[in-house]
Amino acid sequence: MESPTPSSPSSNTPPLTRRVPRWPDRAFFGLVIAFAFVVLLLAIAIVTILAYNSQLSFRQFGWSFFYSSTWNANGEVFGALPFVVGTLLTSAIALVIAIPLALGSAIFITTQSPRWLRSPLGTAIELLAAVPSVIYGFWGLYVVHPYMATTVEPALKTYLGWTGAFGGPATGIDFLTASVILAVMIVPTISAVSRDTLAAVPAAQKEAALSLGATDWETTRVAMVPYARSGIVGGIILGLGRAVGETMAVTMTIGNRDAIPTSLLSHGQTIASLIAVELENNNGPLQISAILECGLVLLLISLSVNIVARLLVWRIAKVGGGTAE
Amino acid sequence: MKFDRLARRKLLSHTITVLAGLTVVAVLYPLVDLVYTAFVHGGTVLFQWTFLTSRNPTPCSAVSCQTVGIGNSIEGTVAIVGLAALISIPIGVMAAIFASEYRTRGLGRAVSFTADVLTGVPSIIMGAFIYGYLVIVNPNLVVTALSGSLALAAIMIPIVARTTEEALRVVPNATREAAIALGISKWKMTMRIVFISALPGVVTGVLLAVMRAAGEAAPLLILTGGSTLWFSGYDRPASALPYLIYQYALSSSTNWQQVAWGATLFLLIAILIVNVLSRYMIQRLSSKMSGGA
Repeated sequence: MESPTPSSPSSNTPPLTRRVPRWPDRAFFGLVIAFAFVVLLLAIAIVTILAYNSQLSFRQFGWSFFYSSTWNANGEVFGALPFVVGTLLTSAIALVIAIPLALGSAIFITTQSPRWLRSPLGTAIELLAAVPSVIYGFWGLYVVHPYMATTVEPALKTYLGWTGAFGGPATGIDFLTASVILAVMIVPTISAVSRDTLAAVPAAQKEAALSLGATDWETTRVAMVPYARSGIVGGIILGLGRAVGETMAVTMTIGNRDAIPTSLLSHGQTIASLIAVELENNNGPLQISAILECGLVLLLISLSVNIVARLLVWRIAKVGGGTAE
Repeated sequence: MKFDRLARRKLLSHTITVLAGLTVVAVLYPLVDLVYTAFVHGGTVLFQWTFLTSRNPTPCSAVSCQTVGIGNSIEGTVAIVGLAALISIPIGVMAAIFASEYRTRGLGRAVSFTADVLTGVPSIIMGAFIYGYLVIVNPNLVVTALSGSLALAAIMIPIVARTTEEALRVVPNATREAAIALGISKWKMTMRIVFISALPGVVTGVLLAVMRAAGEAAPLLILTGGSTLWFSGYDRPASALPYLIYQYALSSSTNWQQVAWGATLFLLIAILIVNVLSRYMIQRLSSKMSGGA
């Protein structure tokens, strides 16, 4: 006879499961996990599509593709070496220029600058990272290129010509100019990460050094930089990752010549600029396949660089979080 | 003797401070010079109203040449980036919700690591990936506005996912626990409480991703190409600001170069304003959040 009416005291509180149906939760979970899989699929698809398209070229040239330096569209002979060398060379020079500037600015902002100036300086440096690559290229063409051609490169030829690295005419459209612009573009990345990790050094660490009578620089060198080291290295590798794939600015200032460089002042090509300039429909299928195989090489280079950098930065984030608690 | 050494150490420290200060100047000099150069060459062009509303000119180098506008390129950029945003925002936001709110599962961590690594994939590779895909599926679609949108969407998805995840993580766990304790279901808690509190952060992240895509020239160079006409559908080539800058910067006709400078200044101003505003918003939000908690 007892019927569950709202007024009866025994069923005043029905079980929670009946009031809150489970299916919307399950549906929502299904929805978000589906979109999460899209992100994973995107990563897999990028590798697969590039690999699939490189088949034609790989069957034709095999492994010799990676160490052959001939790139001849008319003869349909393709080798990736000039572009791999070009990519590594521009990135290396850019790092050599960018590292001291980025570390110097990060150290100044975290340890020396007045407090009110810190955040504006940091923002200004991060704005450098927001400027589109093509605008750096345009600026490089109009401002950096003539300056390099008339001032920097003749001077380098005069004083460092004996090294043999600065042979050939000083045109200002070459590896050196492209690397200088790359350096400007990767400084904000390295500087921002270094700044964050330096700022995360515990105050006790600094105070200990200062209390022993260390000067500002000694505190930085002994107490802060070693503590932040792997974060700084992570930042440098992230900068390298950006340099390796930068396209527009390099394409506009490197000279686009498909050959191994003989000097820092010679025209050249990176993998990224090769793809930008030569991936066109009216090229033959073999050339397109070869270009996409170069793209696969660039993808693998930048993926490995990025994974190493993320792991380093993530480790720091974990260590930093641990000490903060 | 001992005093001398201290003096020397202090001198070294001060010298390094000065050198480090100089590196800050050296790092910021390009930004100043860039903006200055863009104003000098593009200022007079940009500040004629017709520049923003009329179509690209035909190439011409005489003094009497007309410098008409970038109206069709702005329209094309809005169309291409708009579609890319429509594709990438739902995917990025939902994936971020999964990565942040279902983090206990290993898959959540895998998603956020993948998004993290994908942000480092060069934009030209995203372009080459879409190119390779369309060549297999339908080669007629390669040189269209659609292909550019797809590539920009691939660039934006990881950025949106990462910034959204960061915004969600800032929401204190106590908020989630309080909601659950009151008997709300998980999806309502996630969407109506956690996501809404994170919304300002999500919006600024999305804005930054949109501006990044709007300045991206590399994928458009190999895919969409350019056009001097008004936008006429996603199945046709279209004009876009970054590609216009590339193409016109390298051209020898003086009026095209002038248009390129005007477009550069326009894009630069838009990007810098959005960046400064969103950074300011993020700072204010995070101080509010940490102040409240």
